[in-house]
Amino acid sequence: MAQVSDKPKFVTKGEIKVPPIRDLTDSREGIAPGHRLCTGCVAGIILRQMFMAAEAAGYTLVIANATGCVEVCTSIYPHTSWKVPWIHNAFENAAATISGVEAAYKALKRKGMLPSDKKVKFVALGGDGGTYDIGFQSLSGALERGHDFIYVCYDNEAYMNTGIQRSSATPRHAATTTQPAGKVIPGKPQPKKWMPEIAAAHGIPYVAQAAPSHFNDFMRKFIKALNTKGPSYLNVFCTCPRGWRAKEEEGILISRLAVETNYWPLFEVEDGKWKINYKPKERKPIEEFLKKQGRFKHMFKPGNEYLIKELQEDVDKRWERLLKLEQL
Amino acid sequence: MAVTMIEERKVVPYSGNMAAAEALRQINPDVVAAYPITPQTEMMHFFADFVANGLVDTEFITVESEHSALSAVVGAAAAGARAMTATAGPGLALMWEILGVASGMRLPAVIALVNRALSSPINIHGDHSDMMGARDQGWIILVSENAEEEYDNLIQAVKIAEDERVRLPVMVGMDGFIISHSIEGVSLLKDEEVREFVGKQRMFHPLLDVEHPTTHGAIAMSDSYMEFKRQQREAMMNAYKVIREVGEEFAALRGKKYEHIEAYKTEDAEYILIVMGSAAGTAKYVVDRMRERGEKVGIIKIRTFRPFPYYDLADAIVASNAKAIGVMDRAETFGGYSGPLFEEVCTALYTRNKFYPIAGLIYGLGGRDCNINHIEEAFDVVKKKAAGEEVPPVTYLNLQV
Ligand SMILES: Cc1ncc(C[n+]2csc(CCOP(=O)(O)OP(=O)(O)O)c2C)c(N)n1
Repeated sequence: MAQVSDKPKFVTKGEIKVPPIRDLTDSREGIAPGHRLCTGCVAGIILRQMFMAAEAAGYTLVIANATGCVEVCTSIYPHTSWKVPWIHNAFENAAATISGVEAAYKALKRKGMLPSDKKVKFVALGGDGGTYDIGFQSLSGALERGHDFIYVCYDNEAYMNTGIQRSSATPRHAATTTQPAGKVIPGKPQPKKWMPEIAAAHGIPYVAQAAPSHFNDFMRKFIKALNTKGPSYLNVFCTCPRGWRAKEEEGILISRLAVETNYWPLFEVEDGKWKINYKPKERKPIEEFLKKQGRFKHMFKPGNEYLIKELQEDVDKRWERLLKLEQL
Repeated sequence: MAVTMIEERKVVPYSGNMAAAEALRQINPDVVAAYPITPQTEMMHFFADFVANGLVDTEFITVESEHSALSAVVGAAAAGARAMTATAGPGLALMWEILGVASGMRLPAVIALVNRALSSPINIHGDHSDMMGARDQGWIILVSENAEEEYDNLIQAVKIAEDERVRLPVMVGMDGFIISHSIEGVSLLKDEEVREFVGKQRMFHPLLDVEHPTTHGAIAMSDSYMEFKRQQREAMMNAYKVIREVGEEFAALRGKKYEHIEAYKTEDAEYILIVMGSAAGTAKYVVDRMRERGEKVGIIKIRTFRPFPYYDLADAIVASNAKAIGVMDRAETFGGYSGPLFEEVCTALYTRNKFYPIAGLIYGLGGRDCNINHIEEAFDVVKKKAAGEEVPPVTYLNLQV
């Protein structure tokens, strides 16, 4: 069943308001129940919010999925969880694949081989590994070429599908299976790469960072991306109970703490203009975010206070930079 | 009727790259993705000109790498579009992972391949090591002897790939520089003829049928993966028939039939060379010259490398008077007995319970010259082999010592 709504509940122009969530809960979802994502995996929640937003705005999504947890858990033959057109090509080429799909759409529409009255939007979906690392080049290429698509990175800050290895999205000092917290090296030495600013540097029309705990903000951003002609990049916070050694039921709580501690600021960059969407009245200390997750456990050991201090510095530095970018 | 059409045909002085670009213009694919690499680069220059001047209505994606070129072609073909790309040597190597994706998804894509050596050392000239590296990725592989054949093969490739019984991608190779950059007389078909021949693309469960959503590129566990692969083998076997059918149909346009192999003066031949690509042209010339001297020589040119024409090849050899055979390989298989084509020839004969002395000859790596003298040398080795003399597994032709 196609996911497109005959009567869009909400047509956007200029500023976007998301309809009340209870009006959206009966949305025809793009993904069926019975997929194999882990209990408490927030990627599933992100997908759900994406589809609710798409339905509200009256769009059908066509998705190219990079290799990773979401792809593996939703497409085990002979089953599929996808009620929308969906393609998986390889790990590093979701953006290139969607480039081809979008080009085909243009060509076939022009040749009268496809109906032109449909609101179809192309989405490339990847984890942080498929986005920040191996898929970085193809993503950059697709953004630069200006295809009409949305790239959504569900950022769970490590290669989860292959067993929690570090990626360039892993924060400083987090323990992963390839950079575990040992006696000599206490987790990942390098700070997290800041992907949204790199995406924005491509000069594309829309870049945003969102979190599923702040679903109104995320869905508003997704609708904005849907209505944007040309490429959009969305960086979405995605807790992983397995990889983060966190409680299954605390995904959204951790997401909220990430925002409240400024670990995961909510912002958007529209036509080069930066805007912070949420400024906590009183920023919570980073410990509140860290202590909910086993991947940071070693940082609370006596003598390791400096690890927390360094990560706090990373967070503060980024926030300062954001404030400056907003002034531009 | 076919005769009158052939008489009207325009013969133009074209390089292989120009001829290939012209084929692409006439096919007018929905999507073409391009990334520059010598010696393919200028093919896409010509095609970009066609795009810029509105001579095709193709969506032209100028990607940031060959990996993305083939990735975009996979997306476009799955979407239901007729999609093509072109590349050479290291570009094909960078596509390698996606070659298997395209054939595994049973997508009818086409690569215009300009054969080039692989690094290291870096070398931009023509040999077949790129194509041989891609050998087992489930693509149909056609090899061209000259510019006109590249043009003809590309047009046929579209039809072969899209045939319901096949649905496999096709790469069409031509030797870098030797064909891609040499000007020859190329007889062009008319635009309408090509359009009518390739017809309209029939889509099978295209991704862009949003009313009937489909999942492409799913994950298959060990309970089903083998069944997918077996079906790919079946499609390849079908391709063996379909390539022949398409070749016959093309003959009505061209006045020349394309078959899996071309046996040249082999009926009474005692010494036969098996060869692929541009060297086949030189070899035919050498055969003519040697026959003037009364020598019973012939060659067999391989046009279809995948699916490999075992039966046609064995038939042709058995029907000849061969005392010995030489297999000319423009690629190495390090640690193997001889080159990759050599192995195929042995298989073709062994499975027919036939034994012939076979000499392995490696030539032309990295564009090393292969002229008439080298082909005559090759025949000398075959004669030695026939006489029972000791011949090493591999003789390098035109090797400097
Ligand atoms: C070329 C290639 N290299 C490595 C892999 C193995 N691999 C599959 S998924 C994956 C990690 C995916 O991580 P990420 O993109 O962060 O997504 P997640 O699994 O966390 O959802 C890796 C390394 C692969 N499939 N292809």
